Amino acid sequence: MAHPLAHPMAKEKTDVLHGSLAFMVLRTLDTLGPQHGWGIARRIEQISGDALELNQGTLYPALLRLQQMGWIASKWGSSENHRRAKFYSITRAGRKQLAAEAENWERISGILARFRSQAGEAS
Amino acid sequence: MTRLRVLLCRLTGWLRKGSLERDLDEELHFHLQLETAENVRKGMTSAQARTSALRRFGGVAQVKETYREAHGLPAIQLLWQDVRFGFRMMRRSPGLSLLVILCLTLGIGANAAVFSWIEGILLRPFPLVAHQERMMAMAGTNRGVAGLDDLSWPDFVDLQKNCTLFDAFIVDRIMGVTLAIGERAQRTTGSVVSANYFRALGVRPVLGRGFEPGEDFGRNAHPVTVIGYRMWQDRFRGDPGIIGKTQMLNGMPHTIVGVAPEGFYGTFVGWAMQFWVPTSMQEQFDPPTYKLGDRGARWIEGFAILKPGVTPAQAQAEISAVAKRLEVDYPATNRGCGIQLFPLWKTPFNNAGALLPTLGIALAVVVSVLLIACANVSNLLLVRAFGRRHEMTVRLAVGAGRGRLLKQLLTEGTILAIISAIGGMAMAHWCRNLLALLLPARAGVTMTLPGELDWRVLALSAGVCLISTLLFGLAPAIQASKIDLVSSLKADSAGVVGGRRRAAARSSLVVVQVALSFVLLVGAALLLESLRGMQNTSPGFSTRGVLTTGIDFRSAGYNAQRIKTFQDELIDRLQGLGGLQSAAFARTTPFSYGSYSSAEIAVDGYETAPDRQLTVEYNEVGPGYLATMGIPVVSGREFTRADNETAPLVAVVNEAMAAQYWRGQDPVGGRLQVKRRWMRVVGVAKMSKYRSLRETPKPFFYVPMRQSALGQALEVRTPLGPETIAKVLAREIHKLDANLAPSEVITMQEQVDRTTAVQRVAVTMLGVFGGLALLLAAIGLYGVMSYTVSQSTRELGLRMALGAGVPHLLRQVMSQGMALTAGGLALGAVASVALTRLIVGMLYGVTPRDPLAFGVAFVAMTMAAGIACFLPAWRAARTDPVRALRD
Repeated sequence: MAHPLAHPMAKEKTDVLHGSLAFMVLRTLDTLGPQHGWGIARRIEQISGDALELNQGTLYPALLRLQQMGWIASKWGSSENHRRAKFYSITRAGRKQLAAEAENWERISGILARFRSQAGEAS
Repeated sequence: MTRLRVLLCRLTGWLRKGSLERDLDEELHFHLQLETAENVRKGMTSAQARTSALRRFGGVAQVKETYREAHGLPAIQLLWQDVRFGFRMMRRSPGLSLLVILCLTLGIGANAAVFSWIEGILLRPFPLVAHQERMMAMAGTNRGVAGLDDLSWPDFVDLQKNCTLFDAFIVDRIMGVTLAIGERAQRTTGSVVSANYFRALGVRPVLGRGFEPGEDFGRNAHPVTVIGYRMWQDRFRGDPGIIGKTQMLNGMPHTIVGVAPEGFYGTFVGWAMQFWVPTSMQEQFDPPTYKLGDRGARWIEGFAILKPGVTPAQAQAEISAVAKRLEVDYPATNRGCGIQLFPLWKTPFNNAGALLPTLGIALAVVVSVLLIACANVSNLLLVRAFGRRHEMTVRLAVGAGRGRLLKQLLTEGTILAIISAIGGMAMAHWCRNLLALLLPARAGVTMTLPGELDWRVLALSAGVCLISTLLFGLAPAIQASKIDLVSSLKADSAGVVGGRRRAAARSSLVVVQVALSFVLLVGAALLLESLRGMQNTSPGFSTRGVLTTGIDFRSAGYNAQRIKTFQDELIDRLQGLGGLQSAAFARTTPFSYGSYSSAEIAVDGYETAPDRQLTVEYNEVGPGYLATMGIPVVSGREFTRADNETAPLVAVVNEAMAAQYWRGQDPVGGRLQVKRRWMRVVGVAKMSKYRSLRETPKPFFYVPMRQSALGQALEVRTPLGPETIAKVLAREIHKLDANLAPSEVITMQEQVDRTTAVQRVAVTMLGVFGGLALLLAAIGLYGVMSYTVSQSTRELGLRMALGAGVPHLLRQVMSQGMALTAGGLALGAVASVALTRLIVGMLYGVTPRDPLAFGVAFVAMTMAAGIACFLPAWRAARTDPVRALRD
C-alpha cells in the first residue's frame, strides 16, 4: 500500500513532504484550538498560500493515526452552522510531540538551507 | 508503549467496527458539504461545486479503505472472513465434515490419551512430588546373574553417608496389611518407608507431620503411621481430630501422626498406598525377621533424588564406586553386588517397568492410526476440493492470489482440526483411567494409573493436531493452487482437470493406509498368539482345580506355636470334608507379588567359581504342598508331618538344581547347605514356573515350613469353585477361631492370569486399534473407488452400451480396487517384517515373522478391501447406459 500522504499531485503544486502533514495538523490545532476536519484542511491550504496541494481525503486517515498515537483527541460537537461535526483538539502529548517536531523541522530546513547555499556557490 | 497503545486502539476499533464506519461516513459527508458550500460561495454552480469538492477530496472509497485498514486489524479481519467461510463450507456438506471430524477426533484423541498415560505413568507418575525429574529408581544387581535384586538397610545407610551428588535416598517397600477398624478387618496396601520419605519428596501432610529423623531405626521402636487422604476420608470420615488416635495395623496399634495430601498415592506406580510406616516397623510388615541390622537381607526398593545439575551418569558412577567399596569391606555379604539407577520410566519394581513396552507399542499404534486417519481425511478433502474446483477457478480468475487460496484452505483444515482436537481432548479425559480398568482387580489394592493431561501433554497434542492439519490440509491446498485457469474455465464439469494426478494422489494415500493397517493387524495377531501361547503353556503346576488364599495369623496376634497348632487342625478338618482333595500351607504362592526367600547355598562336591555368588530362591512349604499344587515328584518323596522341628533338616530340589549342582546324578541322599545349615535332599520336584510364564528354567528348592519360616498362604485342591470354597473355608476357620478369616480366594488360573495382564492390555489395545485402522482403511478404499466410479459413469455407460456385461464391469472395478489393496499389502508386509522385530520382547512362543499372523492379517485385510470395493463395483455394474450417456 502506498503511503497515504504520498499521493500523485498536480505538477505545479508542491507535494506534501513525508511526515510533514502530522506537523501541520498539530500546529493548526495548537494555534486555532479545536477544529473539524474541513477546518484543518482549509487552514493548511491557507497557510501554504494554496501552493500546497493537499488531497483533502488523505487528511482523515492521518487524523486517525494521530489519535491512535494519542497526540490528538476527537469529540463530536456542533459546528458554527449548528450541524453535528467531529472536532479534533491537541492533547498534552501532542504538544510535546509538536515541540519535538518543530525542532526537527528547524534542523532539517537549516541543513537544507546550507545545501542550497553550497549549490549556489558552485554554479 | 506507543505501539501497545496503537494496537489497543486498533483492537477496540475492530470491535466497534460498525459504529466507527457510520461516524466516518458522517464526517466525510459533512466535509464535502462544507467544501461544496465554500465553492458555491466562490461563485460555482451547485453541480460544479460538488464535482470540484469531490476532486479536491480524492477518491472517497480509497480514503475509506485506507481508514479502515489503519483502524482495525486487517490480518484478523481476513482470518475471520476465512473462518466464517470455512464454517459455511462445513455446513454445506455436513456428512463429510462429520466424517472428517470423527476420523480426526479418534486419531488425535487416541494420541492424547496415550501421551497422557505416558506422562502420568512413566514420565511424571507422582504429581505431588516436587522434583520428579531428579528422581531415579534404585535396584541391586548381582554379577553374573540376570535380573535385579533389592538392597539391604546397612547398604542403604552407607549410600546416604558416602554419596555427595544426591539430595536424598528413600526407601519405599510396599506390603499388604490387615487393617482393623472396630470389628471389621480388611486387607489393604501400605508402604514401609525411610523417615526422610515425605521431606525428601517435598510432600507435606495436610494434617499432623511426616516421620521424624530416627523413627526409621530400632526394632518395632516407632509404631507410628501416616495415613492416605482417601483412607482418612473414607474410613475416618475426614475426622479433623484424627492425629494421635491409634489404628491397628497387622495386629499392632500404631499412632496416626499425619494425613497425606489429596492426590498423593505414594511412589509405587499403579497402586494407591493407604498408609506409610517407618522402616523400624519392617519386621511387623515383612516377616519373619528384623532385617535392618543384616547386610545380607535385601528387601529395600527405593529411589534416589539427585542434586540439581547432576547427570544420571555422574550419579551412577558415584553409586557404583560406593558399591565397590562395600564389596571390599563386606565380602561375605556384598561380593558381586552392585547398585543400579534407573530413570523413573524404567523403574523395574512397579507397574511403570511392566507397562513400558505396552505403552511403547501403544504409542506406535496410535501414531499409525493418526496417519491413517489423516490419509482418510486428506482423501475426503481431495474429493471435496474437486467439487469446489469451479469455485476456486472463479476466485483465481477474479484476482484472488494463490497464497490467499492456500490460506483459505488451510484455515478450513485448521477449523476441522481444532474441533477434532477439542473432541480428542475430551476423549483423552474420559480414557485417562482406562488402563486401570484393563488391568485385573485385586482384593485390597486400589489401582491408580491415571493419565496426566498437563500442559506438556496438551502442548504435544496441539503439535500433533498442527502437524496433522498440515498433513491432511496441504494436499488439497496444493492441488487447488495448481489449477490451470484457462483450461479450467474452458472445461465443463466432467472432471478432466488434473484428474489423473489427483487420482494418483488418492490412490497412494489408500496404499499407505492399507499398508499401515496391515502392520497393525500383524502386530495384533502376533500378540494374540503369544497370549494364547502363554495360556497354553503349563506353569508346571495345576491351574485348574487348585485355589489359593491366605489367613492372616499375625494380625490376630498369633505366635509361632499357635500358628502351627491351628494350621495342623485346619488341614485335618479340611482333609475330612467331602469335595476337598488336599490342602497345604506355604510361605509364598507362585506368581504372587510377594518374594521368595533366597539364600547362598553350598553343595557337597560342587566347586563355586570364586567371584560368583550362589544365591538360589526357595519356598517354605507345608506337608503335601507339591501334591496339592500338582507338581510331580520325579524322585524321592515330598515333605510330611514328620519333617518337623525335631526331625533332621530336609529339602526338595527342582530338576534344574539337580542338573546344575549334581550334574544329572540323583541328588536324593545328597547334602545341601543353606544359611550355614546342612540339610539332606529327600526329593526332586519336576520343573515349574515360579514368577512368570516367560521365565526360563532356574534352580529352586523347597524346605519344610516347620524347619524354617512359617507361612500364611493356603492352597486347596478341589473341583469346587472359589465362591463355594470361600464359604466352606470361612465356616471351618470360624469354628476354630472366630477372629480369623480367609483373604480373597482365587483359582491358580486367576493367579497366573494376573501376571499376563500387561500382555492382555497390549493385545486389547492393538486389537482395538488394529480393527479401527482396518475400518478406516476400508472407508478410504471405499471412498476412492466410489469416487472413481462416479467420475467414470460415462465411460461405464459407453462400455455397457457396447455390450459389456455386468460381470465384466464388476471385474473391472474390483480389479482396480484390489490392485491398490495388493500394493498396500506388499508394502505392509515389508514394513511388518522390519517392524515386528521391535515387539520381540513381548512375544512368547512365536517368531516375529510368524506365517500364521501374517496370514490372518492378510485374510482380514483382503476381506475388508473386498467388501469396500464390491459396493462401488456393484453400483458401477448397475449403471443405466442410457442415462449415463445422456447426462
